[in-house]
Amino acid sequence: MTKWLTSTALVLTLALPATAQDYVPDPAAKAGGSITITYKDDVATLDPAIGYDWQNWSMIKSLFDGMMDYVPGTTTLRPGLAETYEISPDGMVFTFKLRPGVKFHNGREMTATDVKYSLDRVTNPATQSPGAGFFGAIAGFETAGDGGLSGVEVVDPLTVKITLSRPDATFLHVMALNFASVVPKEAVDEAGADFGKKPVGTGAFKLAEWTLGQRLVFEKNAEYWREGVPYLDQVLFEVGQEPIVALLRLQSGEVDVPGDGIPPAKFTEVMGDPAQAAQVVVGGQLHTGYITLNVTMPPFDKVEVRQAVNMAVNKDRIVQIINGRAKPATQPLPPSMPGYTTGYAGYPFDVEGAKKLLADAGLPDGFETDLYVMNTDPNPRIAQAIQQDLAAIGIKANIQNLAQANVIEAGGAGTAPMIWSGGMGWIADFPDPSNFYGPILGCSGAAEGGWNWSKFCDAGLDAKATAADSMADPAKAAERLALWSDVYVGVMDQAPWVPVFNEERYTMKSARMGGADALFVDPVSIPVNYDYVFVK
Amino acid sequence: MQAALPKGKTLMTNAIIVDPRRERGTLARLAQRKLAVFGLFLIVLVVAAALAAPLIAPYAPEEQLFDGLTLEGAPLPPGGAFLLGTDLLGRDLLSRLLYGARTSLVIGVLANGIALFIGVLVGLTAGYLRGWVGTVLMRFTDLMMAFPALLLAICLSAIFEPSLWIVVMVIALVSWVQTARVIYTETTSLAERDFIAAERTLGAGTGRILFRHILPHLVPTIIVWGTLGISTTVLLEATLSFLGVGVQPPTPSWGNIIFENQTYFQSAPWLVFIPSAAIIGLALAFNLLGDALRDVLDPVQRGRT
Amino acid sequence: MAAFLIRRLLQAALILLGVSLITFVLLYVLPADPVRQIAGRSATAETVENIRRQLGLDQPFLVQYGRFLAGLVQGDLGRSYLQKTEVAELIMSRLPATLLLMAAGIACELVLGIAMGVAAALWRGRAVDQTLMVGSFVTVSAPQFVVSLLLLYVFAVELRWFPIGGYGTFAHLVLPAVTLGILGSGWYSRMMRSSMIDVMGADFIRTARAKGLTRARVILRHALPNAILPIIAMIGIDIGIFMGGIVVVESVFGWPGIGQLAWQAIQRVDIPIIMGVTLVSALAIVLGNLLADILTLFIDPRIRLR
Repeated sequence: MTKWLTSTALVLTLALPATAQDYVPDPAAKAGGSITITYKDDVATLDPAIGYDWQNWSMIKSLFDGMMDYVPGTTTLRPGLAETYEISPDGMVFTFKLRPGVKFHNGREMTATDVKYSLDRVTNPATQSPGAGFFGAIAGFETAGDGGLSGVEVVDPLTVKITLSRPDATFLHVMALNFASVVPKEAVDEAGADFGKKPVGTGAFKLAEWTLGQRLVFEKNAEYWREGVPYLDQVLFEVGQEPIVALLRLQSGEVDVPGDGIPPAKFTEVMGDPAQAAQVVVGGQLHTGYITLNVTMPPFDKVEVRQAVNMAVNKDRIVQIINGRAKPATQPLPPSMPGYTTGYAGYPFDVEGAKKLLADAGLPDGFETDLYVMNTDPNPRIAQAIQQDLAAIGIKANIQNLAQANVIEAGGAGTAPMIWSGGMGWIADFPDPSNFYGPILGCSGAAEGGWNWSKFCDAGLDAKATAADSMADPAKAAERLALWSDVYVGVMDQAPWVPVFNEERYTMKSARMGGADALFVDPVSIPVNYDYVFVK
Repeated sequence: MQAALPKGKTLMTNAIIVDPRRERGTLARLAQRKLAVFGLFLIVLVVAAALAAPLIAPYAPEEQLFDGLTLEGAPLPPGGAFLLGTDLLGRDLLSRLLYGARTSLVIGVLANGIALFIGVLVGLTAGYLRGWVGTVLMRFTDLMMAFPALLLAICLSAIFEPSLWIVVMVIALVSWVQTARVIYTETTSLAERDFIAAERTLGAGTGRILFRHILPHLVPTIIVWGTLGISTTVLLEATLSFLGVGVQPPTPSWGNIIFENQTYFQSAPWLVFIPSAAIIGLALAFNLLGDALRDVLDPVQRGRT
Repeated sequence: MAAFLIRRLLQAALILLGVSLITFVLLYVLPADPVRQIAGRSATAETVENIRRQLGLDQPFLVQYGRFLAGLVQGDLGRSYLQKTEVAELIMSRLPATLLLMAAGIACELVLGIAMGVAAALWRGRAVDQTLMVGSFVTVSAPQFVVSLLLLYVFAVELRWFPIGGYGTFAHLVLPAVTLGILGSGWYSRMMRSSMIDVMGADFIRTARAKGLTRARVILRHALPNAILPIIAMIGIDIGIFMGGIVVVESVFGWPGIGQLAWQAIQRVDIPIIMGVTLVSALAIVLGNLLADILTLFIDPRIRLR
């Protein structure tokens, strides 16, 4: 760190004032007003170290901030609580300069000590954070405990230095995860295990009321450090509501955004009515729906069999069954993810070709196997469509229609030959290609209990992936993405997955909601970015 | 209506008033009742449809037909090539109903029947004997009622291969308790009535009292629980299938057809209302037959209509 | 009576113990790992093992069950794995709503069921009887989801007589209670009908009528109280159904009841919540049945305590 601000190529300093960031405030935006969001499931917790559901993910984003953040409606990183940051030439040391004068909801000023405390807390095994693993690159992670992380140092009240034990090209994304949010120690100590119910952060909103099982009220943080936002005075979340009823309430003007989206049963009706369709914002999302083929279980240990399955599945028909809410997929990465291989055709839908491959593998008469699926609509339907496609090439797949926890267990234990991922599919934690590899296609996830349900483990590809993630130098970003693209094409050659489709997001909003469309299909804040939307 | 009888006559004495129609055979008397005949006809129809499904079904029940969906992926309403329309995967609803009758009959008749039998047996024994036998039986009933059946279902689903017979077992295991409670309450009351006390003093054995004197009075209750139970068990099967215990997709049952499609009841009402009508029809048919049989066989109630 | 009550309450405690043991066994053998649910998809094997150790889930069955019982004795139901909140707090926040809906739902069932059952019995074999018979089969066979949503659609969305779901005021209670009343009325009306027919044929009714009492008086004062006996047993049964089985009605009407809590917990193997809800509903069921038995004694004095 002696070469402070010397190498322009290697040191990336963003000494930009907050107003000059690449987000342009909406000129039509108006302050004030309250909106209502509904969810079917209860909100579990608002502790940023714990919350890992898609409902509380965006809620926590609005209550807390981390060092890094994303430009609203995009996957572009921008500084958050860090005003500037520097990366050492070897990519091993990150120094964050904090924004001065940022206050927690309890009125106290945030300092570098809080940043260290928060990272120590999330990596302390006693916290039981599901996100601890993301911080594995920080020095001292293995010995993290009550003593804290040795790799995180408080340099002065507004400077934090984080030293890594290995290069990690995704580290800035990691620092933008909810798990890296800054929390005040005194509030955590005071609330104890109930911090998730009494969250205190630096975010655009603060929790005003939480009636268990009924509703949560977020109130505008008038002293929010970002200029001009949030626009809304209040966000009201109502839980325990059936999605169909939420839609009825939206139609009668009581709800602004049904958090669970448009229920499948109402989708054609809504989209067929021009007035209602106009209230729907469509966008991509970092999601792939896939079938895992367990490469350790015969006959899926034969690559020809896996390729045959890839060729047998009629993805267009499956997309039709879900009313066209998705696009057929060719590879593990979704199209909006950096590193996606444009032009890669994937396996064609070719029944005859699939039969021939099966015959080559010595299985001209097919075989019998099990297809596991989570039991919520439309997943059993999709599984039945897959079942029929497989029957056409002689594979008899019995459907095991189970509760989510049972499917995950069978997948982790490696007892499921095939799993349709729907309902449990991978939605990226952060917009980087590495996020689709390690836990679900890499060797580390293939261990007992891991999320790599194919149990696919290729040392060569793993080495390539590690190499890609070590390319922390921003100048090599394009090279790194090309390497990742190679990795995924390499995965597809061995076909441990059948990538079926990439789901599109359809967010319905009330007519009074304002804000750019991108905010309603924000890739990071689902369903909407509460900080930037407004009431017309 | 009946004429008022002199005070002091017990219910039992009513049996002495012999109905002239009693001289004829039970079947003949049953055949005189139009509703009973209609009920029997419906039951025979459903059984025949279930047995002959492969012969009469226009399509294979699990075949997802290419022209069974609109371009947008919506199911087709009744009419045209598909008499009762198609489902969300473009399968012929009529064919699915015909095949589904097989599963649903086994559940509604067999599983429900076993549950009814256990429930009556437990309730009757506990209600008449009371004492420690009754206490043990009824507290066990309480235990079974209080215990999370869904969790048991999820456990079984993961341990056993899903099959119809496990569903029959689970349904029988969880459904008898309600019947037992009701039968128990009625039996405790019946057991204290004069005519039972009279039988006891005359030296009638426990078995004889239970089955000859108390059971006939419970027949109306048994019919109510048995017939309404057809509907509830057929629907319970769908819940169990959802949790992975029951018949797995694409095998149809009336319950799972409703369950899969119920959220679509506005855009595709035929997918919910037609199978519901089938369940109601089956349960009603058994009810009509049961009521008629009761009237024909029950010495007390006969002739009162 | 006091001895009877004490005995029954002791038995109730035994039943609860039995229920807790069976549930604990089921959760223990259940092939779904709660630690996986807590640790999340990115967790390393070490994280998973560490959480398992912290929660004591690596211990043998008897140790785990013993710890649960020890907590229970002290009134501690533990903390939810996923919501990180005291289970007692989660249950208490939903119990009032559940009990309120249970009371209102059972009241609706009783009113509808008794009225329909009595009418069917009095006009036995006539069109009224047959219509009500078909009606009761329709309500019992109807999918709860469809009935709930239809009522909501007609009375809340179209007619705007009631709010579209929610909890808080009397107006919020009406639709879900009526829905439950309609769905359950079939059982009550069929039972009431057969019981009424039985009682109307009994000697004391004949006597009353022979004494020249009016038909209305005979029905209301003599027949009805005697015919109500099986209905009492059914209320006890209903309590069991209402404690766990009305998830659909709760979610359509946005009613913050225990059913939804239990359903979500079962799907995600949140063992402390499952245990807590199971015990609370078991308690309600056992007490409900006890109450039914006591009421039966009052209604039919011939039944003696033994």
